[in-house]
Order: sequence, then structure tokens, then C-alpha cells
Amino acid sequence: MFLKKLILTSAVATLICSAAFAKDCGPSGQSIRILASDFPAIHAVAGTAEENCAASASEFTRNHTTEARQIMNAALTPNPAEYTSVIVANSTLTQLMNDGLVRPLNDLVEKYGADLPKNLMITIDDNIMAVAFMANSQHLFSRKDILEKAGINSIPGTYSEMLAAAQAIRKAGIMEYPIVMNMKTGWNVGESFNLVFLAHGGEFFKPGTAEPTVNSAAGIAALNTLKALVEYAHPDHLTQASNETQAIWEAGEAALGIMWGSRGSVILDDEGSSEQVTSNTVLSSAPSVKPGGIPGATLWWDGFTISKNVSDAEAEATFAALASSLNSDMVAANNDDAIWLLEGFKPGAAAEGVSATAKGGAVPYPMLPQIGLLHNALGSELSEFLKGNESAEKALADVEAAYVTAAKEKGFLQ
Amino acid sequence: MILFIAIPIGSAFVQSLFIQHDQVLVLSKNCGPFGCRETTSVDIEATKELRQDSPLGKFNGIGTYLNRSHLAFAEVGNAWAVSRTFSGFLKEVLDLPFYGALMFTLTYTAVVTPLVLLLGLAIAIGVNGLPNIIKGPSIFVSLLPFLVTPLVGSLILFWMVDGDGIIGATIQLIFNDPDLSLKASTGLTWTMLIVYGIWHTLPFSFIVFYAGLQTVPVDTLEAAEIDGATKWQCTVYVVVPHLVPLITFVTLMLLMDNFRVFEPIVSFSAEAHARSLSWIIFNDLRESGNPLYGSAGATSILTIIGVIFLLTPVLIRNWRDFKLRRL
Repeated sequence: MFLKKLILTSAVATLICSAAFAKDCGPSGQSIRILASDFPAIHAVAGTAEENCAASASEFTRNHTTEARQIMNAALTPNPAEYTSVIVANSTLTQLMNDGLVRPLNDLVEKYGADLPKNLMITIDDNIMAVAFMANSQHLFSRKDILEKAGINSIPGTYSEMLAAAQAIRKAGIMEYPIVMNMKTGWNVGESFNLVFLAHGGEFFKPGTAEPTVNSAAGIAALNTLKALVEYAHPDHLTQASNETQAIWEAGEAALGIMWGSRGSVILDDEGSSEQVTSNTVLSSAPSVKPGGIPGATLWWDGFTISKNVSDAEAEATFAALASSLNSDMVAANNDDAIWLLEGFKPGAAAEGVSATAKGGAVPYPMLPQIGLLHNALGSELSEFLKGNESAEKALADVEAAYVTAAKEKGFLQ
Repeated sequence: MILFIAIPIGSAFVQSLFIQHDQVLVLSKNCGPFGCRETTSVDIEATKELRQDSPLGKFNGIGTYLNRSHLAFAEVGNAWAVSRTFSGFLKEVLDLPFYGALMFTLTYTAVVTPLVLLLGLAIAIGVNGLPNIIKGPSIFVSLLPFLVTPLVGSLILFWMVDGDGIIGATIQLIFNDPDLSLKASTGLTWTMLIVYGIWHTLPFSFIVFYAGLQTVPVDTLEAAEIDGATKWQCTVYVVVPHLVPLITFVTLMLLMDNFRVFEPIVSFSAEAHARSLSWIIFNDLRESGNPLYGSAGATSILTIIGVIFLLTPVLIRNWRDFKLRRL
């Protein structure tokens, strides 16, 4: 009985307290429904929003799923939409904007996001379409103990240095396959091409049009660099994505890796690996073609959007709730979960690679409506070249042909 | 029939005749945490009216069927014109997505189907001859591969054939080659998928044949034995003819099933080496973010036509048998 009373009193007390310190949650009694991807940083943002504003909302639901990208367009098309907000990244925002499913946020930002740094606003012309809160990119991971053993005393900064280091490691008999990269056929191999292609100064499309320009000198140079790199990667590389490459790294079976920055803190923590691996892993900028050139990377942000097909009050309440979580307290509580773009972030060793890559002038993943089709064509047509069955020119011609076929079907090309 | 078969196929067919309206692209300036740059975006307002007028899209006739992702007549013709040797022509054609996938799908079907039939029959006869006390457990064990979900079964096998896995490491040890990888070569990947396919569907043919064996007339068998037939002769001349209707049925099912091979390709991450028609449909619908419904619909219809082609000889045979029996 006593216990029951105690719980009841404390529950009431919490309620009063949270009401007393309540954030500005906008109109009360609204339904807030969030669709998001499933990793710790996203949980931190959406979870904090729920803590702050669930009490004043009539309903607060979060659906965290790795399949968010697959279902979001269908879920936001009906009116009213299934979710009031989707947490997106560069490429997924384009996917929603292609169908006109998200609303401009200018008035809401004015009302609830006055403290948010201006550079976090993702704008198309003058319309704010999303509010970013974290960054990510692929970059170089190196094992400095192995490099030293092979007689290399500096961390590679260019692709040719990376290749020379890999060769030295193989020659010294330390490892046969010192390089790991996310080369799994499909999205991953397409993205790996993008990295090297951008480092070579490549342009995906003729400016202002949807005509592909990957079959160019930059494209051929990029493919040849990629091929030279995977000569030092395990023969199974066409089946390896982030989970596999991380496991190889943590097992100490690789010395040079191009992997996602978001895997940095997971690799550096004391779980799943040995002290020798974690203490010698160095995160640095993605390699460039020439010293000081453009790093071979695409920069990514994650941010939230508000659905178009919901009532204005619901949109306002959702925005207020999510904006309330983007502050230094949330960052302090989850500092190592992401490379936060918010105030109060203390960049640790795990953030070094991404920030060096961004500082080096890497470009963001292009926000073009037709980029998904080209990425898919790259993902499925490059494997013949990487297996050594066809020339770089033929592979890139195949990519363009596959892209043009898909783009015609989607109405991007006539 | 109409609700569950005709309408879905009809809708896939209708969808395959349409493509999306022309997108109106506008130049715009995009800013974010990493700076500003010129970009293009879709003018939603401009395309809205078009979409409302004809929600299915722009009529394209059989254009989708003929494009590079499908029958690719133009590309095949071009390959014929430029290649000097037949093998060069074949290489060009198999590089096209549809024909490459068709090649794997047909090979898979052609190898797995007869092997599953033969091995299934052999196991059924073997189990049938066992003493009663171990018959039950052996039937159960033989059925196990069929009970495992294909996606899960192939994923487990995928881990086992890894260089660090039990099968992969053993094979490396046997051949004394630490770099041998089942996942890195096209030939070995095909073999792996085919072996998996046999392992997984064998119980189906086994259990059907085993049930059939219970109906073999004892009198005929005894008569054959008295006439001095050996066990082998009894099997070939009495048991197998008795099972022919079942063999036809199992062949039909296997052909249909194998032609739709899909799960092992995804689980084995074998996309680099082997793609099937079903995998192409999956890729069209899923990978690009914005699904290519028309393209997926066209591949579906072509798959159905392929199945019909494969089944026709079996069905004709069946029909002849049926008419003979009525005479």
C-alpha cells in the first residue's frame, strides 16, 4: 500500500515537475507520429522530443525502422499522412521532395527554431525543407602499428599513398589483404564509385539537366583507382557492406579501411575488438587524388522534415517537439552517438575523420531528383568491371545506358 | 481464379504499358551545413495537373518491353552487327540485364529440376525399404531442409561457406589454398546456389514420391518377382511407371518454383555473379528509392511467359496421357 502511494506521489510529482520545466511544445493535444531510421543518434533526437513533449500531445508514436526509406513515400502520400514527420538524409529528402510530400518550414523555424544555427537549415531556393542535426561521411581508417611495422610512418593522405602502404604491408608479409571497403554489389559499390569519382573532380550530370556524364575521363580514372584498391581487398569484397567491414576491422584483419564515420565510435569502443586494434586505429580524412585535393567522400546530413498532408496544428506540434530536442543537453547526454552539428558537441577521436573530410572540401551527396536512378545503375553495372570481365569504358557505357532506360521510364529524360 | 489470379496479372500488365509523365526540372539553389550549390529539383505544381488527368502515367505501349532492361532488340541487333565471333555476340548479349538473368534462371532450373527429381525418388525408395522402427525418424530428418525458411537457411549457409566459416575453412584446408573463396568466383557462386537449391527442394519431391510408393500395388510387384525380375528391374518397370502422374506433378511444381529463384541470391549476396528474373523485379521496385513500376510489371509478364514456355511440353504430355487413358 505504502509502495503504491509512493509511486503515485512520485508520478504526480514528476508530472508537475515536467510541466514546470516544460519546453515550448506548441499547440497541445495534437498527434505526433515520427518515422525514422534505426540507429542510436536518431533514437536520441526522437526520444528526447518524446520526453519533452509527449505529455502535451494526445499521441506520440515513433517508428524506428531500417526500412524507413522504402515505406516513407507511400506513408506520406494519403491525406492525412501516416506520419507527421520523417527523419531523413540528403538522398531521402530528395525522394520525398520528388513527390511533393514535405512542407516548407520557414514560419515554424521562425517560431520555434530561432536558436538553431542558420547553417542547419536545408534550403531549396528560400524554402527551408529540413533541419539537419548530424553529419556523416566515409573516410580513412588506418592501423598505425601495422603501418609502422611495414615502414610507413605517416597516415596516407592520397590514393597513391594508400596503395603504396597496402603494397608495403603485403610485401612485409603482414597481411595479404590489408584494405577493406564497402563494395557490396548494389548501393554500396555505387557509393564507393561516387567517392573516388568526386575525388577525381567528376560531375554526375550535365549541369541543369538529367543527362549523365559519368562515362568521362574522371569516371575511367575513378574506376581504375577503385580497381587498384580492391586488388588489396579480400576476394569476397563484392559481398561486404558496413557490418562485414566493421567485423573485419575489429578482428584485426585489415590495416586500411574506407568506412562510415558513424562506425568510428563503435569501432573505437571496448566492445567486439582487442585493445591492440582500438588503441592503434586512427581516423583521418578520406584520401584525395593529389595532396590537398578534394577528399574522396560524399558528405551526408541527417535531419527532420514535416509532412505536407497533415493539419497545420499537427505540423506545428511535431516541429516544436523535434526542435525542442536539438540542444546542448541532448548533445551532452549522447555526445559519442553521432557527429552532431549542434552546439555543445565535443568532437572525440571518433569524429576526427568526418571533420577532417569536411574541412578538406569534400562535397555533399548531390540532392538531385534523378540521382537515385544513377546510383542504382552504378550499383548493378559496375560488378562486371570489378570482376575483371570488361573494360572501364564498357562498364561506364553500360551504367549510362541502364540509367537512361530508367530515367526515360521516370520521365526525367525524353 | 478471377480475383486472385486474373486481376493481379492484368494489373501488372496494364502497369507495364505506362511510364511516368515528363518531369519538369527547375534550377534552384540548395544550401545546407556543407555550403550552397546549384541544383535541380522537380517542379511539383507543373506535373500535378498531368498526373491528375491520367494517374497511370504516359502510355508507352510495349516500349518498356523492348527497352534495354528487357528484350533489348536494338542492343541485341547492334551486338550482332558489331561482334565478329559468335562467342563475342553471346558475351555482349549476356551482359544485358534481362538475358544475363535469364541465363542464370534457366541454368538453375535445368540443373536443379532433374537432380531433385532423381535424388528425391532415390531417397524415397531408400527410406521405404528401411525397417519400420527407423522409418519415422528418417522421414522427419529428410524433411528438415524444407522446414527452414529459405531466407534464413541460405543466410546460415552463407556464413558457413565464408573463409572463416566451417565449410569454407574446410574446403580451404582440403585444397590447401587459403585464398579459395566460394563467394568470389562466378562458377563457384552458381554451384553454391544450385547445391543450395537442391538441398532445399529435395524434401518436397521426396515426400511426394514416398506417399506415391505406398500406393504401388503389391500384387504386381510380387508377380514381377516371381517372373524373376531383379530389384532394379522392379523399380524401373513397375514402380516408376506407376509414379508417372506424380513425376509430372512434381516436375510442374519444380519448374515453376525454380524459375522464380530469388531468396538465395539475396541471402548469399550473390548479385555480383548471379541474378535471376525475380531479382531484377525486386531491384526495380526497391533499390532506386523511386520504384520503376512499369519495368517491374514488364519483367513479371515476361517471367510468366517464360514459365508458360517451360510448362507447355509437360502439360502437352499430360494431356496426351489423359486422352489415352480415356480411350
